[in-house]
Amino acid sequence: MQSLTIEGELTVFTAAYQKTLLLTFLNTGDELEINLSNVSEIDTAGLQLLILIKREAAQSGKALSFTMRCKRRLATPELPRLGQAFGEQAQATFAHNEE
Amino acid sequence: MNLDKDMQEALATFITESRELLQDMEAGLLELENKENPETVNAIFRAAHTIKGSAGLFGLDHIVRFTHVIESVLDALRGGNLAVTTELVAALLPCCDHLNSLVRDVADGKLEENQDMADSGKPLLAALQPYLKTPAATETGVVYRDHAERVGTIAGNWLLFLQFNENCLRDGMDPLAFISYLTTMGEIVDITTFSHAMPDAGNMDPESNYLGFEVILKSEVAKESIESVFDFIRDGSLIHILPLENRIPYYVELISSLTEDNAQLGELLLKSGVITQRELEEGLNAQQAQAEVQQSPARIGEILVDRRVVQQPLVNAALDKQKEIQNNKIRENQTIHVDAERLDKLIDLVGELVISTASASLLAMQARNTALREVNAEIISLVEEVRDSALQLRMVPIGTTFSRFQRVVRDVSKELGKDIKLVISGAETEVDKSVIEKIGDPLLHLVRNAMDHGIERAELRTAHGKPAQGTLRLNAYHSSGNIVIEVSDDGGGLNSDKIFSKAVERGLVQPGTALSDQELYALIFEPGFSTAEQVSSLSGRGVGLDVVKRNITALRGVIHIDSAPGQGTMMSIHLPLTLAIIDGFLAGVGDASYVIPLDRVVECVELPVDDNRDYMELRGEVLPFIRLRQLFRKNDSVSRRQNVIVVEHLDLKAGLVVDRLMGELQTVIKPLGKLFSHVQGVDGSTILGSGEVALIIDVPTLLKQQGQSSLPV
Repeated sequence: MQSLTIEGELTVFTAAYQKTLLLTFLNTGDELEINLSNVSEIDTAGLQLLILIKREAAQSGKALSFTMRCKRRLATPELPRLGQAFGEQAQATFAHNEE
Repeated sequence: MNLDKDMQEALATFITESRELLQDMEAGLLELENKENPETVNAIFRAAHTIKGSAGLFGLDHIVRFTHVIESVLDALRGGNLAVTTELVAALLPCCDHLNSLVRDVADGKLEENQDMADSGKPLLAALQPYLKTPAATETGVVYRDHAERVGTIAGNWLLFLQFNENCLRDGMDPLAFISYLTTMGEIVDITTFSHAMPDAGNMDPESNYLGFEVILKSEVAKESIESVFDFIRDGSLIHILPLENRIPYYVELISSLTEDNAQLGELLLKSGVITQRELEEGLNAQQAQAEVQQSPARIGEILVDRRVVQQPLVNAALDKQKEIQNNKIRENQTIHVDAERLDKLIDLVGELVISTASASLLAMQARNTALREVNAEIISLVEEVRDSALQLRMVPIGTTFSRFQRVVRDVSKELGKDIKLVISGAETEVDKSVIEKIGDPLLHLVRNAMDHGIERAELRTAHGKPAQGTLRLNAYHSSGNIVIEVSDDGGGLNSDKIFSKAVERGLVQPGTALSDQELYALIFEPGFSTAEQVSSLSGRGVGLDVVKRNITALRGVIHIDSAPGQGTMMSIHLPLTLAIIDGFLAGVGDASYVIPLDRVVECVELPVDDNRDYMELRGEVLPFIRLRQLFRKNDSVSRRQNVIVVEHLDLKAGLVVDRLMGELQTVIKPLGKLFSHVQGVDGSTILGSGEVALIIDVPTLLKQQGQSSLPV
């Protein structure tokens, strides 16, 4: 199980850099975990990056999961409901964050 | 809480209205218990909804709170998520009672909730609780559900499709921030993210936006306000704000309740709030653009649906409404219901106008002012046109009255076991409305009479070489200021012998008297006269024809009978076209003027030598006189030359002795006041061009009096 912890903001300002990072990470193994606990801010660009990476993983038959252990609220209060795009596990994680 | 006067009045209305609504609710609930009916559920829901809404206006929060729960249950019932059960009705009925008490308290001036009521309300609401859906399940939205189901159960009211433009992120616009902002307007019930526009990883530009969102928003704000959130990001973005599917019935209802004169589709949609001004304008622009390139541009409704501004059912509702409005307009164009009294008033005024113009032209002539006379002549001709069209307003084609008889003839033929067809002609003949109203009954008598007595049984007809099917004709035409209505049959004709013997039997004529055909036929209009051997359910009781005659005489009309044995009978009714205006003959006695209805006037002759006899000889016949001077007790001196106007009514003839003959005129009849209702021999009055009042002579009455007084004693 390979794990990647994203640090700092996951926004349009860092998107280009994060994209390369995430795609590189995708090639590191077949069982992957991305830890979002340290993400300080997320916007649409960040969100769609996560969606992209999940899609890419699914297409190449890899198992990818997201985790978020910290209860810190993200910038977008409604974000948890976006979880549908991430599958049940991530939903649970995001929903957990909502509390 | 202090309320000003207006509010007090409004509150009184609220109380009355709420009580009525609560009564309806109760009745509806009781009805539901027996028979489930979606209409009733809707009616009850609307009642609760109205009470809640109105209570909200007055800040009666406790009523709003209480009603809200009831409304929610009813909404579930309406949506089919809940079935009507005896238990549910039993739970709702006490709630109605409680609401009634709450409203009563408001009526008593207690605008705030009191503790007792609150306490008694609680168990009632608790009883409703099992019927309410647990709100948590619908609002968390974490469990994936099928789209349709999701939309169906979620209590939002706006569905937003947001696909922002690709560059929005680079421009510093974050779609999520906009969505986040929506929470200030209401509650986001659900969000679905669409990423199908995102290319594969290699081609995906992380700084471009590929995401689309479907947001279900629960918000009370207007569509305009929601739309305005996206003002800065609209360019290049796809933003659709639609009423949620389950709210469509609400908007459909709203649209159909609009009372817009303006039947423009877009206006209707705009008024109901399902589209915004901008959406409408863009749609219209698109339509115009299409019109420039193609012959038949799409309808605005289609465009709006295409542009996903509004859903098809709403456009349909608006179209239906539009059609309804147009139909109403067409109907309005076809007929306007006007109080006959108003028309009479108009005709009366126009009559006055005719008189005034006449006196004006008289003055102009005296003043020898040619220019003035010319102008006056112009005015007179205009006024006459106005009068004619005013009279025309009262004219209706007789066809509607005639066509009613199709049914009568069909039914009566069945009843009599005869095969009779009705042939209508002259249906377009116009006659004064007041005449139409009064002619229906007499016609009905005549038609039934002709079918029962006139047309023979089929066997008899074939034996006489006539077609087995009898024919009844209704015809109408204009004849010199009169309308003639004919009821004719191809039956056996009147049996002169039978009428005569019956008349002798009843003592109406002496045996052996020689009577003309007309005199003989006139006998059938005598009260109680019937030649029918069998009394049928329709006629033959001797009731009818005398009534017919009385009715027609009351309309200043006459009825003629023509009959040929074996060939049929024709009854023709001659009626004046209008009751409001007559062609008259003006005559003077002393300084007074009288109008004699022209249709009664036969001729005018000079009174040869007045030797105070009460008759004269006119072409070998004795003509009794009616001296108007004596009749109206005018004591001024008799003029040297007097004239006799020969008048006739129903074979009675007399000469009216007058001083001067002043010629024909058309005149508007003004009824005499109630005070003069007992005056005999006068029908009404009219005002002449000189401003003078002239009485209109009631010839039939005069002739009848004359006939009675001249009977040999």
